[in-house]
Parts: sequence; C-alpha cells; structure tokens
Amino acid sequence: MSRIQTTFEKLKQRGRKALIPFITAGDPNTQTTVPLMHALVEAGADVIELGVPFSDPMADGPTIQRASERALKHGVALHDVLDMVAQFRSKDVSTPVVLMGYGNPIEAMGWECFATRCAEAGVDGVLTVDFPPEESHEAFGHLHRHGIDPIFLLAPTTSDARIAQVAKLARGYVYYVSLKGVTGAGHLDLSAIAQKIPHLRQHIRLPIGVGFGIRDAETALAVAKLCDGVVVGSRIVQEIENSNEQDLVTNVGKLVKELRLAIDQA
Amino acid sequence: MTYNYPDSTGHFGPYGGIYVAETLMGALDELRVAYEHFSNDPKFRAEFSYELKHYVGRPSPIYHARHWSQRLGGAQIYLKREDLNHTGAHKVNNTVGQALLAKRMGKKRVIAETGAGQHGVATATVAARYGMECVVYMGAEDVKRQATNVYRMKLLGATVVPVESGSKTLKDALNEAMRDWVTNIENTFYIIGTVAGPHPYPMMVRDFNSVVSKECIAQMPELAGRQPDAVIACVGGGSNAMGIFHSYIDMPGVQLVGVEAAGSGIASGQHAAALCAGRPGVLHGNRTYLLQDENGQIIETHSISAGLDYPGVGPEHAWLKDSGRAQYVAIEDGEALQAFHDLCHFEGIIPALESSHALAYAAKIAPTLGQDKVLLVNLSGRGDKDMATVARVSGITL
Repeated sequence: MSRIQTTFEKLKQRGRKALIPFITAGDPNTQTTVPLMHALVEAGADVIELGVPFSDPMADGPTIQRASERALKHGVALHDVLDMVAQFRSKDVSTPVVLMGYGNPIEAMGWECFATRCAEAGVDGVLTVDFPPEESHEAFGHLHRHGIDPIFLLAPTTSDARIAQVAKLARGYVYYVSLKGVTGAGHLDLSAIAQKIPHLRQHIRLPIGVGFGIRDAETALAVAKLCDGVVVGSRIVQEIENSNEQDLVTNVGKLVKELRLAIDQA
Repeated sequence: MTYNYPDSTGHFGPYGGIYVAETLMGALDELRVAYEHFSNDPKFRAEFSYELKHYVGRPSPIYHARHWSQRLGGAQIYLKREDLNHTGAHKVNNTVGQALLAKRMGKKRVIAETGAGQHGVATATVAARYGMECVVYMGAEDVKRQATNVYRMKLLGATVVPVESGSKTLKDALNEAMRDWVTNIENTFYIIGTVAGPHPYPMMVRDFNSVVSKECIAQMPELAGRQPDAVIACVGGGSNAMGIFHSYIDMPGVQLVGVEAAGSGIASGQHAAALCAGRPGVLHGNRTYLLQDENGQIIETHSISAGLDYPGVGPEHAWLKDSGRAQYVAIEDGEALQAFHDLCHFEGIIPALESSHALAYAAKIAPTLGQDKVLLVNLSGRGDKDMATVARVSGITL
C-alpha cells in the first residue's frame, strides 16, 4: 500500500480529514525548506505538497508566483527539490510528499530519470498542473512503473466524460479546484462545492482533496466537512513571505496548528 | 500530398497539443467546438471576408522592390504589403476573425496579451469596432518602452494592465491573460495574438492569417509571371510566417524560410531564436521549441524588435522545421537595422523592425542568386512604431 493510501485510510478509521499544506521548495531559501516540512508535520499536516519552482507558473496567483521567483533566485532546480525530499525522508518515513509544479522542468530532466529519482528520494505523488490526462499517457507510464501516484486536478468546469477519464488514471487522491481562478483567489462558493463533491464521488473512488482559495480556519472547517482533505497553499506562502527568517518556522507552524484544530471539528 | 495538420487533438507531429491546467479545459473545448462550427459556416466566412475587405483594406498588394533588387544585384524581391492594412500590420487579420467568433459565442469581453503593443492595438481596435469591453495585459517594462501604443489602446477604449510579475515582458503578459481568462471564463474571450498557445489557437490564428498566402498565390502569377522560388518571413511567435507559408506548404517547389531574431548574435546568448538555438519543451499550452536553461526554466530573450522577443515559437513551425518543409535562420539586430534603412532609402517604405529581419535575410541571399529568381518577403508591418527605437540606436534624440 502506498504512503498516500495508508495515510488516508488511517484518517478514515479515526474519522479525521487530511490537512494538506503547500509550500514552494526553496522559498524563502534552500536551507529552510526541510525544517519547514518537519514543522508542518509536527503542526498536524497529513500530506505535504511541495511546489517545484517554475519561471512561468500560469495557473498560480501572484502569491505563489512570488514564492517561485524567490526560489529561482537561489537557483533551486528540480534535482535540488528531490534532494530536499530525500533529506526530509531520512527523518520522516511516513508523511507522504507530493511534488506539484509544471511539466517543463520534468521534461528537461526526462520523465524516466525523474520517476526513478522520485522513487529513490521518497516522493509519493506528482501533480503536473499543465499536463492534463490527454497529454499524460506516456509521462505517467513512467510514474506508474516506479510506484509514484499521478495526482490530477478537477475543476468546476470539468465535464463528466473528463471526470471519468481522470478516475481511470488517478492514484492517491484527486485535487478539486474549488473556484474558477488561480491559486489564492477570492471567494469560495461553499454550496457549489457541496453540490459538486457527491457528484464527483459517483466516478471517483479515491479520496478528494479541495483547494484554491482556502484562507482561514473557518473556511478550512467548512470545506473539510464536504470532502476528505483540505489543501492550503497561498495562505501559508503568504505567512512565509511576511515572516522574518527567525520566526518563519514558528509562524507557519502556528498557522497550520490553527487549521488542524479547525478541521478536526469536521 | 495534402498538408493536413494539426490532427484532431491539435498536434503537429509531436508538437502542439493542449498543455493547460484542468481549469481551462472546459473553455478550450467550448472554443474548439465553436470554431469548428463557425469556420465552416458560410455566413461567418462571408462576414469575415467582408470585414477584411472593407475594414482592413484587403487584399493587400504585392510590390516589386525593383530598385532595391537592382542594388543588391541578384534575385528579384517582392514584398507582400501587410504594412498597408488598417492598424499597420498582419495582426488585424486574426483579431477580426477572433472578435467575430467571440461575438457569435456571446462573449462580451475580450482580453489579449501584447509585447510591443501591436496585437494589443489590433485587439482594442476590433473591440471598439464590435462594441466589446477590452482588457490588454502588457509587461510593465513594455508599457514603459511603448508609451505611444499604450495611449493608442486607451484611445480605442481598452484598459491596459501593466504586468509586474516575472520578467515583466510578453511571456508574463501571456501568463496574466491566461489567469484572467480562467477567472472570467463565462463572459470572456481570450484573443491570442500568435500561432502559439493551446489547441485550437495555433490552428485558428494560422487560418485567419492564411488569407495572406491565398492572396499571394493569386497575385504572384499576375505580377511575376509565376510563384516565387522562396517565401521569407520573420518568426517571433510566427503568425505572419504561418499566414504567408500556409497555402505554399503543398507546393514543394517553393522554399519556405522563417527568420528568427539573433539579437546580439546566437553565440552571445542575447537572442530570441527558439528554433535555431532552443530545444523542445512545454510552455503556454503547447509543446514546441523553447529557449530554456538546463533545468527547464524559461530564459529571457533579447531582440531589437519587441515583436520577436518571445522565448517560444508556434508549434507548427517546430513541425515544419523537423519535417524539413521549412528552413529557419536567424538575423542579428545590426543586419535587421541595415535592411530597415535600405528599404527606407531605396523604396520609400519604412518597415517594422520585425519585418526587417525577413528583409535582411532576403538581402543576404539575393546577391547569391540569379536575376531570374524570385523572392517573396512578408512585409508584415510598418515601422512607424519603431521610430523611437531606431533613433535611439542611431544616437539621435527625437
């Protein structure tokens, strides 16, 4: 059983929802990322989504784009991100790590090489934002062979035919984008999510995480009630951006604890 | 053999495709279906032709640059005068087409990205013409460099949004326009300005611009007694080149040459020649040749011509290169400037700096060819917008 599957099953047994924080690898600098990942786990994270910085993050809002820019200033490349995961894995063997980013850095490394190195480093899943299922068969074949789960996005505008297609290819969990827009955008429509999730479950057997636009404990709780996991990205990255170096890990840990407490009431 | 690309999924061989986040898939699907429908609708085609004739001023003439050809002492150079179109470039062929499509799809708001501002102006123009709200994204650096075009867009009623992220140039404007589109999918049509982006854009933009080569095929026999030996066009994203290449692809006797911007020279690293010096990857919704570092990060480009300053290129050009049907070369800033001045002096035509790259390549090969050879160059735009740039590099303060 994969680490992602184990994690969601344990949560289910205990009647809890997954808290899935996102940070960008190398933001604000390379040495902070691994300690930050451990702090996320200590504060209650169940799965970590680790952003791979890219020069042109088309689906992200300004907050996560700035995180990418900070990381790229330090020259953080995909192989560095894999090294960070390996370092994290040397102390934490149970928390799943999902790499989230865009296809081109992986293309530059080569999918087979990437999948091999993911398996060696202890990466559990890969979400390639700009590779929809239609373009992913060959790429994700490499991931499958190395036991890495391809994680897919679903959107409010995704047709039933495409939901069924994703259902066939996805492993681990699926990530439902809760609003029309980019990461970190404005307002959530909770009633729309409440309607959509049961519909998705008709096709999708995997756990469903919901993200994009979850900004505080209150919305995290409301969303947690409707799905299996809550993804929080821009709000955490904002905390990183606004903290000075010595308080950064503490501040982020505090924020994640608040989110944990909130969603445990779901 | 009939050239029949892209395939039904938008691929030109291994290039093209749809590489976007799930959040855009629905909108692209809606666009693909609408384009398939209306591009075969006689009423739509008739309206497009009417607008091209009466609003844009088509057909654009072909002009035999006799004096310049004589000075060069070789092949005869003919110019397809896209610079004479309304708004001064080929860009408007595409914006008229997409705006008519937007209208039929019931979208009341159009958005666009722009580099130098030419596509932004062409979009603002048609938005005014068809009564649509228009928002143009433009890199903050470009807003500073192209103040006249910014004002032009505002006069036409568009809102110009300076983009402060990334390198603050064209590629960042494109990222920002995509973000707007994904947020406002219901009421917004994204008018992409070149043959790039996810399917169906590369095909659609090519189709709207292919009026250029259709006209050339009819005009060349009248004027030169035959089709040209070579068709030469500059390539940034590649829309004017696809426009003048398209109907010639099935004529194997006609050589197709795309001219990229070599900036300060390919060896200097300061250039925008994705096909000549890049390698395949995925950016802005399609697989194509890209200028990228060893880690797959997109690198900043350089060219004297803002319209060629883009790190990617349309996927159809990537395919024409790999398949050998077209050749791609690169021309440096200095060579383009020389051709710019020569056309001013010898023909009384002020060309755009983009088009000057194609002219410079024609000037390079013409003397090596016999006087019976015929070169057709796409004079894709006029140079009025480049006055400040040319004056600056010539050390003149206006």
